[in-house]
Amino acid sequence: MVKFRYKGGGIPQLRKDIEKYDSAFMKTLFQSLLRVRVIEDEVAAHYSEDQMKTPVHLAIGQEAVPVGCCAALKASDHVYCGHRTHGVYLAKGGDLNAMMSEFHCRANGCCGSRGGSMHLLDKSVGMMGSSAIVAGIIPIATGAALAAQMRGESKITAVFIGDAAVEEGAAWESMNFAALKKLPILYVCENNFYSVCSPLEVRQPEGAPIYRKAEAFGLYAEAIDGNNVLQVYEASKRAVEWIQSGRGPAFIEAYTYRWKGHHGGEDDTKLGYRSFAELAEWQQYDPVAMLQAVLIEKQWLTKQEVDSMREVLLREVAASFDHALKSPEPTIDELLTHVTCER
Amino acid sequence: MLWDEKLVNRNAGLRAGEAPEKGRTISYTAALREALEYKMEQDPSVFLLGQGVDDPGGMFGVTRGFHEKFGRTRVFDTPVSEEGMTGICTGAAMEGMKPVYFHNRPDFWLLAFNQLVNHTSKIHYLDNGLTDVPLVMWAAIGRGWGSGAQHSQAIQGLLLSVPGLKIVMPSTPYDAKGLMITAIEDRNPVLIIEHRWLMKREGVVPQEPYRIPLGRGVYRRRGDALTVVGTSHAIDLALTAANQLAGEMEVEVIDLRTVKPLDEAILLESLRKTGRLMVVDTGWAMGGVCAEVGCLAAEKGFDLLKAPIRRVGLPDAPAPAGFSLEQLYFPSVATMKQAMRDVVLQSEVAKV
Repeated sequence: MVKFRYKGGGIPQLRKDIEKYDSAFMKTLFQSLLRVRVIEDEVAAHYSEDQMKTPVHLAIGQEAVPVGCCAALKASDHVYCGHRTHGVYLAKGGDLNAMMSEFHCRANGCCGSRGGSMHLLDKSVGMMGSSAIVAGIIPIATGAALAAQMRGESKITAVFIGDAAVEEGAAWESMNFAALKKLPILYVCENNFYSVCSPLEVRQPEGAPIYRKAEAFGLYAEAIDGNNVLQVYEASKRAVEWIQSGRGPAFIEAYTYRWKGHHGGEDDTKLGYRSFAELAEWQQYDPVAMLQAVLIEKQWLTKQEVDSMREVLLREVAASFDHALKSPEPTIDELLTHVTCER
Repeated sequence: MLWDEKLVNRNAGLRAGEAPEKGRTISYTAALREALEYKMEQDPSVFLLGQGVDDPGGMFGVTRGFHEKFGRTRVFDTPVSEEGMTGICTGAAMEGMKPVYFHNRPDFWLLAFNQLVNHTSKIHYLDNGLTDVPLVMWAAIGRGWGSGAQHSQAIQGLLLSVPGLKIVMPSTPYDAKGLMITAIEDRNPVLIIEHRWLMKREGVVPQEPYRIPLGRGVYRRRGDALTVVGTSHAIDLALTAANQLAGEMEVEVIDLRTVKPLDEAILLESLRKTGRLMVVDTGWAMGGVCAEVGCLAAEKGFDLLKAPIRRVGLPDAPAPAGFSLEQLYFPSVATMKQAMRDVVLQSEVAKV
C-alpha cells in the first residue's frame, strides 16, 4: 500500500525547468548529483565488511536536496545538518578522503575519528557542523546566523533537517528567535516521511503540513518536489534572495524518499514498516536518473559520457577507501586531548 | 522578588568572617557589573542575553541599564526558550562570539541540558579541537520564602561529571569579579553559579580588572582539627560556624571557588594537616560535589584520614516550599557546627 505518494511533476516538469539553463551549468549539477550517488552506493556496498565502524545514514534517493540547495549557496555560505550528513558534506565540497577516514575511524578523519559519520565537518568549505541528536543542530545553526548578523556579515547559514526534527520543541524555539531577529538563515527540511520505521501519519496530524507550521512562525516557507534538483535550486535561490533582502529567515520543505533503511547499507523494506510498492514508486522518480534522462534526451550528455563519469567517480571512491584503510588509527595519547581548550 | 528580598538583605548584614582587608568595598552585584562592563568595553564579541537582562530589575541589578550603554544588539532580552537559546549561544560561540547567558536560577538550566550536555560541552572534542565554544552561562541559586522544589535547586552536582564543562561558584565580591572576567576569557563553556543570599554582600574589590584562575581554591580560615571544603553559600555558613567554634577547635575552611575542575592539591594539602574532612554544598549530598570530593579524598588521601568523611548537603528529598519545613531542610550555622563537632569529637572518642 503506497501511503506516501510522489506528488511532483517528474521528468515532464524537469524538461520544462531545464529550459532556463545552459548545458555547462546542468552538467556540473548532474556531476554533483551523480557523485553523491556513486559514493553513497559504494559506502552501502562496503558497509557489511565492517571496516566502517560507525552508524551511517545514507543520502541515497535524497541527493537532489543538498545538491540543489548548495548550488544556490556561495562557497562562503555555511551549512549545518543533522545525522544524515554525507549528502550535505559532499554537496558543499567536503573532502572525500577525510570523510572516508572518519568512517574508518582513522586519526586523519575529518574529526580525528571522534565524530563518526553523524558528525562530519569540513570548515574549509563551510560545512560547519552536524549533530546526531534530532533537531540538536537547529539552535546551533541559528546561533551561527546570529553571529553573522551581529558582525554585519553577508553570509547565509543553511541547516538541513528531517521531518521528525520539527517535532522537537527546540526547532520552534530557534525559528521563533530567527523570525524575531530576522536572522539570515535557511532551514531545509527533507521530508522523507519516515522517522526510522515511524511513518509521518503517526507523528504529525493531517492538515498541518510542515512548511505551514514554519509560515505560522513568521518564516518565508515553501514546499517543493525534493527530487527535482532544479525545483530545489530555484526554491533555494528564492529563499536566499528573501534572506538577503533582510526580511528574515526562510524554510523549504522538500518532499523526498530514502531508498535504504534509516541507517546502514541495506534496504529494510522487508521489515514491513513500508511497502515495496511505495519504494518502487519513488524509485521511478529517482533524482539522479530523471536528470540523466533529460540530459541525454537534450543530447547534452551521451550514455557513454555518463558511464565514463561513473567510472572516474568509482576510481575516486576506490582511492579514498584505499587511503582510509592505509591511514593510521588514533593512539591512546589522543584519547584525552581536546576535552577542553587550554589556549 | 519582594518575598526573598528580606532574606537577601538579612544575609547581606552577615560578614563572611574574613579578616578585614584594606581597600574599596563594593557589593557583590557591583563587582559583577564591573567585570561585565570591562569585558563589554574591551571585547566587541562579548554580548549579554537572558530573560529580563534589560528590565528594571536587570538580573538582580547585575545587568541593569547595560542595554542603554551598549545597545540592544549586544544586550537583549530572550524568549522563554532555554534549550533553543543555549544552542543559539553555542552556535554563536562556535563562530567566535562570546555570549554570557543569564538565568534567574539554575533550575531553568535543566531545560537546556540537551544543548549543554549533548552539544556545547562536547563540540570542542568532537571537532578534534578545531572549534572553541567560549560561552558563559550564569544563574543565581534560589532559596527560601516558599521558593520550593523547582525554584531552589543547586544543580552543580548534575553537571559535575560532564566532560568539557567548567563550573565556577564564587562566594565573595572579590571572587565574583575575578572569576567572571576569567570565565568570559576562557575558551570553554563556563557555568557560573551564584547564590541569591550572597548577592548583597560587600567586600573589598580592586578597581582594576584582574583574573582568578579557574580550579584554584583558597583558604578562608586556617586550623588543624578539621578540613571543611565547599563553595558558595554553603562554605559561607561553614566559615561562620568555624569562627563560632574558635577556641573549642580550630577548623580549616577552604573555599574551592571552582567545582570543575576541582583543586585537588589544596584539599590534600589541608588533609595532610588535619586528617578529617567535611564537605559542604548547596546541592544534594548524594552524587554531587560532596560525593565527588569525599571520594577523591578516600582515593588519593586514604592514608591521611583519621575519621570518616562527612557530607553536609541537602537531603535526598525535593525542597519543601513551606517555611517551617524549609528551616529543617537547609543546612544552617547550627547544623554545620554540630556536624563539625561530630566529625572531630567522634574520632577523638574513637581514639580512647
